[in-house]
Amino acid sequence: MATLRLEIVTPEARTYSEDVDMVVIPGIEGEMGVLPQHVPLMTQLTPGALKVTRKGQQDLYLAVGEGFVEITQERVSVLTDMAIEESAIDESAAEKAVERAQAAIKNKDLGAEENAAVLASLNKSMAQLHVKRRTHH
Amino acid sequence: MAANTRDIRRRIKSIKNTAQITKAMQMVAASKMRKAQQLALAGRPFAELMNKVLVSVRERADVAYHDLLQVRDLKKELVLVVSTDKGLCGALNTNLLREVNQFDAGRTAYVAAGRKAVQYLVRTKRDLLADFPLKDNPTFVETKAISKFCIEKFEKFEVDRVSVLYTHFVNTLIQKPLVRTILPLSPFEDLKIEKPKTGGEPLTDYLYEPSAQAVLSAILPYYVHYQIYQMVLDARASEHSARMVAMKGATDNAKQLIKDLTLEYNKLRQASITTELLEITTAQMALG
Repeated sequence: MATLRLEIVTPEARTYSEDVDMVVIPGIEGEMGVLPQHVPLMTQLTPGALKVTRKGQQDLYLAVGEGFVEITQERVSVLTDMAIEESAIDESAAEKAVERAQAAIKNKDLGAEENAAVLASLNKSMAQLHVKRRTHH
Repeated sequence: MAANTRDIRRRIKSIKNTAQITKAMQMVAASKMRKAQQLALAGRPFAELMNKVLVSVRERADVAYHDLLQVRDLKKELVLVVSTDKGLCGALNTNLLREVNQFDAGRTAYVAAGRKAVQYLVRTKRDLLADFPLKDNPTFVETKAISKFCIEKFEKFEVDRVSVLYTHFVNTLIQKPLVRTILPLSPFEDLKIEKPKTGGEPLTDYLYEPSAQAVLSAILPYYVHYQIYQMVLDARASEHSARMVAMKGATDNAKQLIKDLTLEYNKLRQASITTELLEITTAQMALG
């Protein structure tokens, strides 16, 4: 059976590069499952959980940030500013980050630029928590 | 005489301490410089993929009318100054901040990244819009906050051009202050130069979700974010290499000073021994 090459790159590093069977991507138009021989497609990524299915192995979840996805028949390239594997997510740290961000948003004395930064970090922490929680059930 | 030799000994000791510190700083700067350079290289795959998306999206979307690509009459310019937080890096910041004067103060607003830039801009009473503190190893998320701020100002027509003033890393010995215009964007001009390299394979005809225009609108800011991230890394590599060279100079100077002082100390010691001997022999001769 044909496999799909999944590549995840961030500006800081090439985070992931492996052959997989299926990828579920949190796209801007909703979740999207990608199998080998998919039609070439480009779309935006929203912060959320990216699921990787490999034969004979447990599913892998990654928390991803904003970005882009390029899909060709044999390859899925993800361009994002954050990609963290489930095992590397520290739930309590992520929870604290969410609390801090929410508290900061409530204190409305932030400048416009800080507000944007806080909102972005909130989205990312939420995505991490989402990944962590989902796999616990 | 005796007091003088003690003075010299004390000075030698204190210079030795200074030399130890500068030597340590030199080592730290060297390893940090290597790290910053590696980080800059680690972004390569990201840049390649982004270029690919840009090239293919250009075929499908109406690129000419995008906000970030519009060249407007220059009424107000925004300059992002990327400096260091700490000194002890030679003439790096002096050279960089001298370039600030080439902008017309009345028509320019500034955004600072780095404490030295903030201090200078406040001291010279420039129009400082925002100050973004950066950690030692800047992450993409941190620099994204800066670039987002700049893009917003541009989109709201508050400024008509955004430039970045930073120190470009040429090599370990040479770092050069550089001004680069970021907005309005001209990513496709850059791409034309690079295109023949990747142009071997035919362009795939992609589907775009939700639309090519939407993907383009989303990826152009990313291009800006990435450029600014790379420039900040470049500035960091320059900082560390400048500090490394400055600290090497300081260590060498300290060593030379120790050498000179030791020589002088020995001379004084010899002189005092000779005088003492003379005194003893004269005393004996007087007795005998």
